[in-house]
Order: sequence, then C-alpha cells, then structure tokens
Amino acid sequence: MPNLIGRARNWRGLWGVLPILLSGCQGGILDPKGQIAADEKSLIITATILMLLVVVPVIILTFVFAWKYRASNTAAEYQPKWSHSGKIEAVVWIIPIIIVTGLSILSWKSTHKLDPYRPLESAVAPVNVEVVSLNWKWLFIYPDLGIATVNELAFPKDTPVNFRITSDAAMNSFFIPQLGGQIYAMAGMETKLHLTAQEAGTYHGISANYSGAGFSGMKFNAIATETPEQFNAWVAHVKATGKPLDAQGYIGLTAPSENNPAAYYTLAEPRLFPAVLHKYMAGRQSMAASDEEIKVAELSRVLCKTPTLAPVKE
Amino acid sequence: MLLGKLTLDAIPFHEPIVMGALGGAGLMGLIVLSLVTKFGKWGYLWREWLTSVDHKRIGVMYIAVALVMLLRGFADALMMRSQLAMATDGAMGVFPPSHYDQIFTAHGVIMIIFMAMPFMTGLMNIVVPLQIGARDVAFPFLNSLSFWLLVAAAILVNLSLGVGNFARTGWVAYPPLAELAFSPDVGVDYYTWALQISGIGTTLTAVNFLVTVIKMRAPGMKLMQMPIFTWTCTWANVLIVASFPILTGALAMLSLDRYMDFHFFTAEAGGNAMMYLNLFWAWGHPEVYVLVLPAFGIFSEVVSTYSGKRLFGHTSMIVASGAITVLGFMVWLHHFFTMGSGANVNAFFGIATMVISVPTGVKLFNWLFTIYKGRLRFEPPILWTLGFMVTFSIGGMTGVLLAVPGADYVLHNSLFLIAHFHNTIIGGAVFGYLAGFSFWFPKVFGFKLNAKLGKAAFWFWQVGFYFAFMPLYVLGFMGMTRRLNHTDHHEWNIYLYFALFGALLIAAGIGCQLLQIAVSIYQRKKLEDNTGDPWNGHTLEWSTSSPPPAYNFAVLPQVRDIDAFTDMKEQGKPYAKPEHYDPIHMPRNTSAGVFMGAFATALGFALIWHIWWLAIVGLVGIVVTLLTRVYDNNKDFYIMPNEIAHTERAAADSRAKEAVAA
Repeated sequence: MPNLIGRARNWRGLWGVLPILLSGCQGGILDPKGQIAADEKSLIITATILMLLVVVPVIILTFVFAWKYRASNTAAEYQPKWSHSGKIEAVVWIIPIIIVTGLSILSWKSTHKLDPYRPLESAVAPVNVEVVSLNWKWLFIYPDLGIATVNELAFPKDTPVNFRITSDAAMNSFFIPQLGGQIYAMAGMETKLHLTAQEAGTYHGISANYSGAGFSGMKFNAIATETPEQFNAWVAHVKATGKPLDAQGYIGLTAPSENNPAAYYTLAEPRLFPAVLHKYMAGRQSMAASDEEIKVAELSRVLCKTPTLAPVKE
Repeated sequence: MLLGKLTLDAIPFHEPIVMGALGGAGLMGLIVLSLVTKFGKWGYLWREWLTSVDHKRIGVMYIAVALVMLLRGFADALMMRSQLAMATDGAMGVFPPSHYDQIFTAHGVIMIIFMAMPFMTGLMNIVVPLQIGARDVAFPFLNSLSFWLLVAAAILVNLSLGVGNFARTGWVAYPPLAELAFSPDVGVDYYTWALQISGIGTTLTAVNFLVTVIKMRAPGMKLMQMPIFTWTCTWANVLIVASFPILTGALAMLSLDRYMDFHFFTAEAGGNAMMYLNLFWAWGHPEVYVLVLPAFGIFSEVVSTYSGKRLFGHTSMIVASGAITVLGFMVWLHHFFTMGSGANVNAFFGIATMVISVPTGVKLFNWLFTIYKGRLRFEPPILWTLGFMVTFSIGGMTGVLLAVPGADYVLHNSLFLIAHFHNTIIGGAVFGYLAGFSFWFPKVFGFKLNAKLGKAAFWFWQVGFYFAFMPLYVLGFMGMTRRLNHTDHHEWNIYLYFALFGALLIAAGIGCQLLQIAVSIYQRKKLEDNTGDPWNGHTLEWSTSSPPPAYNFAVLPQVRDIDAFTDMKEQGKPYAKPEHYDPIHMPRNTSAGVFMGAFATALGFALIWHIWWLAIVGLVGIVVTLLTRVYDNNKDFYIMPNEIAHTERAAADSRAKEAVAA
C-alpha cells in the first residue's frame, strides 16, 4: 500500500510540471490573443484529447504485453499458432475508424470556420492592409489611410483586420502566431487572411517560410492598440514622419536588405499593391478593360524595372 | 570554355570549417584506400564486390553507403543543433546563412535520399529474394546498375562540399527561390542532377523487385503467402514506380527553367511555382511511405520471430499496407494547407490524411496481438520494435494533428512539424532499419552482432531522440519556425540546449553501433552462427546457411504456408537433402554497372558546371557501355552439381557440429 501511495505522489508531481511547461509557451500559439488563435488553440487541444483516447491505451498495452509475455515468464499462456481472431480484428479496425470519424467531423467544421479567407463578423469596420513580402522585409500598405510601413503593423484591438497578401520575392508565409493562422505570400498571386486581436499588445510577426539568406531577420511587430484613438495617433505619426512612397521608392525597397528596422511612408502611389500583383504579367497583352485597370497595367510595367527579379540573362 | 562555369574560385579555400571537413574526409578516404592497397585487396574488392551482381552483396554495399551517408547527414545535424544552441539572444553563432542554409538542405537530402533510401533498398536486396525462395532478382545486372547510379548521385552531393556549393533552398527546393533569379549558383543544379540520377536508380530497383516477386516466388508460394516484409517492400515498390516519375518530371521542368529559360515555375511569364509544390509532394508524400512501409514489414518479422509466434493478422497487415499505399497518393496537399486553397479542398485532404491513421492503427494493434500469448525475447531488434511502437504512436498522433487544417495554420513549418516528421522517420523508418540490420546481420555475415553494445546503442538513440525532439514540439508551440539561422527569444534557449544534448546522446548511440560492428568482427568466432537460423526464424531466408551460398537455394523450396520455414521445421524436414542436384544457372559479374555509374557521375558534373563536351562524353559512355553489355554473349554460367553438393555438405556439417555442441 505505501508503495502505491508513493507512486500516486510521483504522478501528482508530474502533473505539477505540466503548467510550468505550458507557461513556457508564453508568446506562442498556446497563448492566443485573438479569436482565431483562441479557436485554433482549443481545436488543437480537442483533437489531441480525442487521439490520446487511442494512443495512451496502445502505449500502455505495449508495456503490459511486452512485460507479461516476456520469455522468462513461463506462467503466461503461450499459443504460437494463434494469429487470427475475427472479434479482435473487428475491434482494431472499428476503434480507429470511430476516432477518425470524430476527427473528420471536427476537421470539416473547423476548416470552414477557421478558413483564412472568411471575413470576420464584427460591428466595427475592418482595417484593410495590403501585404507585400520583399527580400527580406514586410511592406504593409494601408490603402484607405494613405500610408505604408515596413516591418511594423498596427490596428486597434477588437477590430477585424483584412489582409491581402502577395510577394515580390521568393515565397514567404505571413504569420502572427498569437493572433492566428498563417498564409503564404506568393509572387503574382493574392492570398487573404482575416485576423483580430482581443487584447492590446505588441505581437511578434514572422515569415514562416524560408526565403533565402535574410529570412531569419524577416520579423515585424504587430501592434494592437487599446483604443481606435491610439491607432489614429499612430497613423498620424506615420503620416507626419513618413517619406512618400512612389514607384521609384518601391523599386528601391525591393533591393535585398536584412534586419530592417520599422520604417514609415505616406502612400504616393495608391495602385501599388495591384500593380505589384500584376507586374509578373506586365508585357503581356493587356486585358485591362477600364481606365483604372489600364493605369495599374502601366504602373506594373514601371515596377518591372526592379533589378532584383528580372530573369538573369547574359 | 573547356571547364564551363568551373573555376578555381569554386573551391572554398576561405572557409576553414569546410576545408577542415574536406581534409578530414580526404584523410579517412586515404587511410581506407591505403589499407586496401596494403593488404592487396583491390582485386578481391573489384571481382567479388564492386562488379558483383549478387543481390546479397549489392545489398551490403547499399547499406555501407547508407551508413557512411548517415555519418555525413548526422554531422550536418550536429552542426545545425550547435548553431541554434549558440546563436541565441541575438548572437549569430558560427555558421552564416550562406553556409548554414546549405547544411540544412544537405541534411534533408542526404538523410532521405542517401541514407534512408539506400538502407531500405539494401535490406530489401538482401532479404526479399531469400524470403521468396529465389536465387536472385529478376534482372541482376540492372540491380548492379541501380546501385552504381546511387553511388554516382552520392558522389555528386559530396562533391558540392568542395567544388562549388550545395543548394540553399531547403531540401524541397521550392521555386521561385530555386530558380535562377534567386539561386544563380550551381547549388540547385547539384541538387537536381543528384536526385535525377539516384531517382532513376530507385525506379529501376522498384521495377526489378516487382518483377522478382511476381515471377520468381518459390513453387507453391501464393501471393498472399509472401512474407510480410516482402509484401511491404512490394507495396513500397508500387509507390516508387508510381511516384518517382513525378519527381523526375518536376525536376526536369525546374532544370528547363534554369538552363533554357523556360517558365514552368517562375513567377513571371505565366509560370506557377505552386505547380512545383503540388508535383513535389505528389512524389514527396508517397516517398515517406516508401521509407516507412518496409520498416513496418521489418517490425512484423521481428515481433513474430522474437515472440516465437505467427504474425497476428497477416492478411490484415497486407490489406492495411495496401490501403496506406493507395491513400498515400491522395494526401499531398496537406503539405501546404497554407497555400490558400478553399476550405473544402483543405478539409478533403485533411480528412484523407486522417484516414491513413486507420490502417496504421490496425498495424499497431496487430503487433500488440502478436506479442499477446507469445514468448518475447528481449534481443536488440525487439527493443527497437518496442521503442518504435511507443515513439511512433506519438509521431502518428502529432501527424494527425497537423492534418487538421485549422491546427496546421498555426503549426505549419514550425519546429512542431520538424519534431513530427523526425518522430515518424527516426522512430518509424530508422528504428526499423536498425532492427532489420541486427536481425539479418548474422544471415549475411555468418556471425551475430554483440547484443550488449546493440542494447546500449538502442538506449542512447531512444533517450536521445526524446531529448532532441520533444523540446522541438514545445518550441513549435512557442512560435519558432523552421530553418532559422539565429533566434532572439530568451525563453527558447533552454529547449534549444536540450535538443543539442539529445543530438549528442544520439551521437553516442551511433558511436555504440560503430563500436558494435568493430567488436563483433573481433569476436566473430564467439558470435558465429553455424545453423543459418540463429533466431528460430519463420521464413525461408533462415533455411539457408549463413552466409547463404551464391545460389541461395540448392533446390527451390516447396512452400505451403506463410511461415514456410516454420512449416518445414514442424514437418521435421527443414534441410531435406535431394537425391541429386541440378546445375544452377547464374549471372556472371559485370563491370558495366560501375562504368555506367562513373559516366553518370561525369555527366551530372558536366551538366552542373556547363562543361558540354564532358556531358557528351558521359552520355555517349553510358550508351556505349550499355550496348556493349547488351551484346555481350558471356553473361552467365552454371554451377555444377558436384560443387553444389560440396557446398551443401559443408553447411550440413556445420549445422551438425552446432547441434552436437548444443
């Protein structure tokens, strides 16, 4: 009996370690600060518990069977020819099927609910941000506010942020771990992501897809302000201190650079994002139908002058 | 122009670490070469090994390559772990990205293509023909050629260390990063040509073994009576035949982009890099099952042998492996849920992935119920198996978690992913190969491996694995992504130190294994296996002597049962001597494979460096050597009955001596 109690105490000790381990996750995906991230965290926990239902018994059975049927234990039953049992076969197929069915339903529902493309419902008007991954920094364009920044992002808390994302370099992945899932940034293509922060704070943003030598320094701060006023103040500050960003300024930005500090710009060229998106089709016959589209096409041709992405030719 | 892009600048004289590594490798190579010369073994090596078409010897050479490449790949791993343990809190460590990014690319390529694949292929080569009671594979010369193509590719990868550089793209070489615009040097070309050459070898091997199991099974052996390891290898070969051409195609397109200004995967001119991702993983995901299915087969053989019991649910195992094979082709998109596919597409691929855990779970239960009511002997192979069952359960669970798209959005590309696939590839495939290595070692060499050192190796590997990779799961949760060169999060440091410690434990495990081989060779008299059946095996490979004669079976065995050899032992006629022996038709050794491999090396090197005259020489050399071989009339010979009788009598005598001693 004392032995048993001792063992139980050991187990309790183990459980005591758990919170310490998890608290170590501060700043990570188990410390969510936004609704999407919180849902993703609880999804991870639910799915893990479901799977532990079958994994834990398998691990325990491995130890129990290996010990019980060890060669030296001649008291245990030995049936060298026993190799089939319809009942056991049925059970070992059915148990995983049940678990996987449960997980599948969970997956189907959560995949739709957490779809990065799904706009978030909110009474508050969203903040629109256009994201361009460059070698090796992030350009954030606020088309509605006429500003742009490098490696710093801000928005008020409890406000949906709608991201339109592309790349003007190798593929990157736009990721703010504490606010929710990531999405690839790909040249010539547009992806979307919808996030919101429920708590004010400064969160780490990274590229989660290796993109070359300066990749490790491709970090940014995502600042969720406590109030819309603070956000407006930030916007005003960017406007007041920022240099104008036009086509030539953008081409300068595409030159590879590493560990860039935050930088502020006023947006002198409102069509920058669509033009970056289309620059890989520049030179093709234009499908532009409207005046606006013709302007974007013209700008995208201008942006092609960047030396960094032109195909290498002798 | 004579040397294309190759100049003296390609040799990294200014990098002391690289030059040190080159010097070390060169010194070891010189020692080996001079030892061979000193003992006058060049003729023996050439006649008996390098030009051999015997599946057993080719298998041994495959595993030798795998072990050498394990050391190279593991050295890369140690460098990465050291860098990340040093480059914390804003420190930069010792490897700048220009070097570090090659290390992690090389680590992945080497471990998968040049360690795991040859290890698996080597075991398959040695065991499958013996298990089905065949005298060799269907196409022995092709088998030799496959091996030498692998060697050619391995030489290219290692050349990149000293001549030019390797790819800095990660082992997946995603465009547009792998395109000329971002990777203008030869690194990616080393990568593509090495993979192309070894890929051709792998595809040829798969064809060879598929024909072998279909056409060359012993009389009476029905398909469903094939031993489970042979079955899992067969499924793996089906996967290879179906998936490797996709890789060949994808890499060919990437090369066209790089060499001829095509635009398959570039961002501009209508190219689409995401097409490469799809094609790469349409090969890449089946590839992980190519690695792990034969390992599953090894565990099945080991569990049933060491528990002295028939495998539980043999048919169920075959069906489950087949289900994994088919499903393995329908899940590739889970490698990039974050590409921005719609929710329906992501959910479909997520669920298809989870479905694979059903047949995998069934296998785990079948191993458990094989142990159930058995008599389990704790030899090293069974330790690897039990370690696998526990470790792989965890790896499978984290894999299913990653298959949930909503979870993958935050875990994708994180160290959680790194921990997961090492958990399945080390805890699944590598543990399996190491189990198979000590299980079949006495069959190949006629003496067992030292069990004590084998157990020590297991414990170092097993404990080291948990120290090395459990912290990575935590780091993944903390938001650390893969392929970082340095970090600046103080709270991550402790986990990075633990991971390095774990890698050092695994290094001790590898050390124990090398020591085990050396000590076992030294103690080979004491560890001798005279019976050919040291573990009381179930299948036909144990019915021959150890090592088996060149012709494997003097008389092709008659098979009536899944456990064919157990059946013979129970009938009381395991080594029945026939009234007379017939002459046995055997393939002659040939140097054609060696030469074709050498020409392939030259061709690959020439293509990498744009040395066009050499490329033509290589290509013509390959074709001419092949034609010479095709029109060679002296390809075979007969082993005569008196010689067979002599060999068989010797084997019977050594069995009798052993029986008396016992």
